[in-house]
Amino acid sequence: MKEPIIIRVSGPLVVAKNCSVARMYDMVAVSKKKLIGEIVELKQDLAYIQVYEETAGIGPGEPVYLSGQPLSVELGPGLIGSIYDGIQRPLDLIRDKTGDFISRGISLPGLNRQKRWHLQPLAKVGENVGAGDVLGQIQETTLLLHKILVPVGMRGKLIEIKEGDFTVEETVARIETEKGVVDVNCLQLWPVRKSRPVKEKLMPNEILTTGQRVIDTLFPIAKGGTACIPGPFGSGKTVVLHEFAKWSDAQVIVYVACGERGNETADLLLSFPELKDPRSGRPLMERTVIIANTSNMPVAAREASIYTGITIAEYFRDMGYSVALMADSTSRWAEASREMSGRLEEMPGEEGYPAYLSSRIAEFYERAGKAVCLGQDNRVGALSIMGAVSPPGGDLSDPVVQATLRVVKVFWGLDDKLANARHFPAINWLISYSLYHDNVKEYLKNVSPEFVNLKKEAMRLLEEESGLLEIARLVGVESLSDEDKLTLETAKSIREDFLHQNAFHDIDTYASLKKQYLMLKAILDLHKILLALIKSGRELKDLLKLPLREKIAKCKYILETQLDEFQEINKEIDALNLT
Amino acid sequence: MLKEYLTVRNISGPIMLVELPAAREGKFEDIKYAELVEIKTQKGDILRGKVLDISQDKALVQVFEGTVGLGTEGSRVKFLGRSQELGVSEDMIGRVFDGGARPRDNGPQIIAKKFMDVNGSPINPCSRAYPSEFIQTGISAIDGMNPLVRGQKLPIFSGSGLAHSRIAAQIARQAKVLGKVEKFAVVFAAMGITFEEANFFIQDFKDTGAIERAVLFINLADDAAIERISTPRLALTCAEYLAFELDMHVLVILIDMTFYCESLREVSAARKEIPGRRGYPGYLYTDLASLYERAGRIKGKEGSITLLPVLTMPEDDKTHPIPDLTGYITEGQIIVSRELQRKGIYPAIDVLPSLSRLKDKGIGKDKTREDHADVSNQLFACYAKGKEAKELSIILGEAALSDLDKVYLNFSDRFENEFIRQGEYEIRDIHATLNMGWKLLNMLPSSELKRIGLKFIKAYYSG
Repeated sequence: MKEPIIIRVSGPLVVAKNCSVARMYDMVAVSKKKLIGEIVELKQDLAYIQVYEETAGIGPGEPVYLSGQPLSVELGPGLIGSIYDGIQRPLDLIRDKTGDFISRGISLPGLNRQKRWHLQPLAKVGENVGAGDVLGQIQETTLLLHKILVPVGMRGKLIEIKEGDFTVEETVARIETEKGVVDVNCLQLWPVRKSRPVKEKLMPNEILTTGQRVIDTLFPIAKGGTACIPGPFGSGKTVVLHEFAKWSDAQVIVYVACGERGNETADLLLSFPELKDPRSGRPLMERTVIIANTSNMPVAAREASIYTGITIAEYFRDMGYSVALMADSTSRWAEASREMSGRLEEMPGEEGYPAYLSSRIAEFYERAGKAVCLGQDNRVGALSIMGAVSPPGGDLSDPVVQATLRVVKVFWGLDDKLANARHFPAINWLISYSLYHDNVKEYLKNVSPEFVNLKKEAMRLLEEESGLLEIARLVGVESLSDEDKLTLETAKSIREDFLHQNAFHDIDTYASLKKQYLMLKAILDLHKILLALIKSGRELKDLLKLPLREKIAKCKYILETQLDEFQEINKEIDALNLT
Repeated sequence: MLKEYLTVRNISGPIMLVELPAAREGKFEDIKYAELVEIKTQKGDILRGKVLDISQDKALVQVFEGTVGLGTEGSRVKFLGRSQELGVSEDMIGRVFDGGARPRDNGPQIIAKKFMDVNGSPINPCSRAYPSEFIQTGISAIDGMNPLVRGQKLPIFSGSGLAHSRIAAQIARQAKVLGKVEKFAVVFAAMGITFEEANFFIQDFKDTGAIERAVLFINLADDAAIERISTPRLALTCAEYLAFELDMHVLVILIDMTFYCESLREVSAARKEIPGRRGYPGYLYTDLASLYERAGRIKGKEGSITLLPVLTMPEDDKTHPIPDLTGYITEGQIIVSRELQRKGIYPAIDVLPSLSRLKDKGIGKDKTREDHADVSNQLFACYAKGKEAKELSIILGEAALSDLDKVYLNFSDRFENEFIRQGEYEIRDIHATLNMGWKLLNMLPSSELKRIGLKFIKAYYSG
């Protein structure tokens, strides 16, 4: 049989002949430099390969090596704290090997082969085990107990399991299956384009708190839910996603920087090891995996990075954890597939994007969810996805935005008017929505039974404000009634004192649900009382001079440990009632 | 001896197709993707190009100098077996080159210390150091509101007829890091601008002596349009050498990116690629990123590359693909406003839509001044409110405004006339800028200053 050989090179697309045995989405090594690529189209014995590295210097006549394996990621202990490129090569090790600039043809395993992990067996010899059953556990970091699961598709009797320190490749257990005895180690391979199976999907019903007031209170996302955050450049998408990665109460965070800025990625890489988890006090890196494929890194690897990220996230979900994946930005991913589609000379759909764009996007978001994992213990895991979208000019009619909005349940619409006035997070409360309000209602009652009503009241005031402002624009503020003016004042207070949140302020950057509730309650209680006082004939302009209002404005700077201070404010509000 | 091909088949726009005879016997020529090509025309002129697409039987070549005078008969094509490289040396400082790195100042050829691939390699994100050193430009609208830091890429979005050149020149002239004397260089790449515009910069560099520490790459409007595609790459390669091998702090000015993108579109159209928005190629984002992302700092290295691309937005439209994609790659933008320029304000920087994403770690105590972040946030908020009040007063008349709104209206006028307006040769240090900010904030009651911490209000407020 003839060896596969390159006949054409055009940017990241390489065509090879003599590939009749190749299958779609198989990995290949291109040329003697062994650049990594993936087969994206087959025509008779021609294979069209998208190459994940720069192809300059490659030409026809050079060999191609077929692997017979689809593009896969390595799953096992050692993932946490790693920084990978789009195809799971550890960037820190690449740096040690080749210096500050990334060169080509480097092949490094995703997981450290030398490091030994202490495995504590949980399953017993003689038990019948099936896919997803927990064999043992490894304390990977202080924050994360890594569970070693029976690989998908395996079933049989456990005939041996060892306690001790093992590398990921060493056999830790032996299972007698129908096809004979199989050695199991702590390393699993999984093709990135295929979702990992679960037993049953559940409705998300628990709120994923993010510490961001506008999100948790007004537009919450549930654990296992999906959200998108579209906005023009400069509206603060990346900052919001960084805030999620820092403060959301998931057990594992997978952050995919897909085609984004190098300097911002550096910020992430440098700040995460130093930031502390607010709940445990441990470095945030102990629960985080970062995939960084910046905009100047090869475009095909950018396309793969999203899949690499979600597969790693699914793996941790399978252990029964709540995992959150941030993808910044899915537009770059869509553009990468547009670029590849163009090179393949496919018939384009809208805006030059491939016709399969929306099904790809839907497929990706559908990999989120709350689910009963495989395994006898019926553990429940959740995978939440938050994707940034960067539509051209912030135009929401962009095909990527539209395809995304059709599948996600939460929409945080960023507004450049707000960003220009430095109101951050610049999430526009009038266009954003969350479809999880009912799902998380029960859960919020734990914070306070009246929280749900306060939320509604706040939203009502904000909507009323936009209507009143329209009128004021026509006839002037002065011609509004005192009640209406009070509504404007309170809405302004909700906007400036509650929704505005400074990500770079030590205290303000995170607010617990409890604090959010107390803040909102103070603002709305004051509103209620002032309204009653106006009705009883008091003048609004005197009431607005109350020093209490300034105190409420400073509530955001109250420490989480000193939430008692709110009692004093509540007392002052109550005292007003008596005057 | 390199093989010469006489088999040029098609020429279309800047693209030339060369047939490869070995394919007829099922063999392969030794030609690689992105390889450099030398073409000798019938008249004996030498042109250069690059392989864009290579198959067994044909090679698609992009000709840098354009295909004028090139014929299918008599042209001799050589594939040089290497990618486009730039011979670099510290002797380049103080010299003027054309868009293809040939001396333009009648000086001698550069004797290269080293040859570097003009496409560069991506900086490993793990090797990047986060930019955090404040650069004082002496311009209040930048230093006070959208400060620049070393290693940042901050474009100037402008329109035709606006003062972007003067602003860029002023930045190049005045930029410095507080309290430090370091090796500093300017790399200037002009793409498709006119002689007059280029000459303005050259003259300015000469007058201030900045030419002594500048490297200029000049591709004028009447130079080969396709060569523009390599001009910024040559400039950035030179900058990388100066920054990461000679430990210099390099400010790179790329002007005008719009012409660069148009050349890219020309090549794409000639290849009959499926166009993206407004006919620009679908890979415009990736292509621009491969330029802009070369800015930055590297851990353990002294030098840095700070990038200041200048682009003119067609019809002042920020959503046009060029400014749009640029904004998604760069760390903010400085927007030049026609409205302010009409009011006679220099520099006509519209601070509200302008942004510097990296300012947070570059300002504050020990860097600029402790109150910097709060003051700038407050100025933003107040100016935005002032402009809103202005809109309202246009519809309803000033009499309909509340007293507070009138103060804001006044604030925004003074902000434009005192804070933003300044002389072209005026250097305002950061203290002067912030003090001026406080002077304006003093117009407002303290209860309106919600973005400023209490201790700063106590220390600086005197309204």
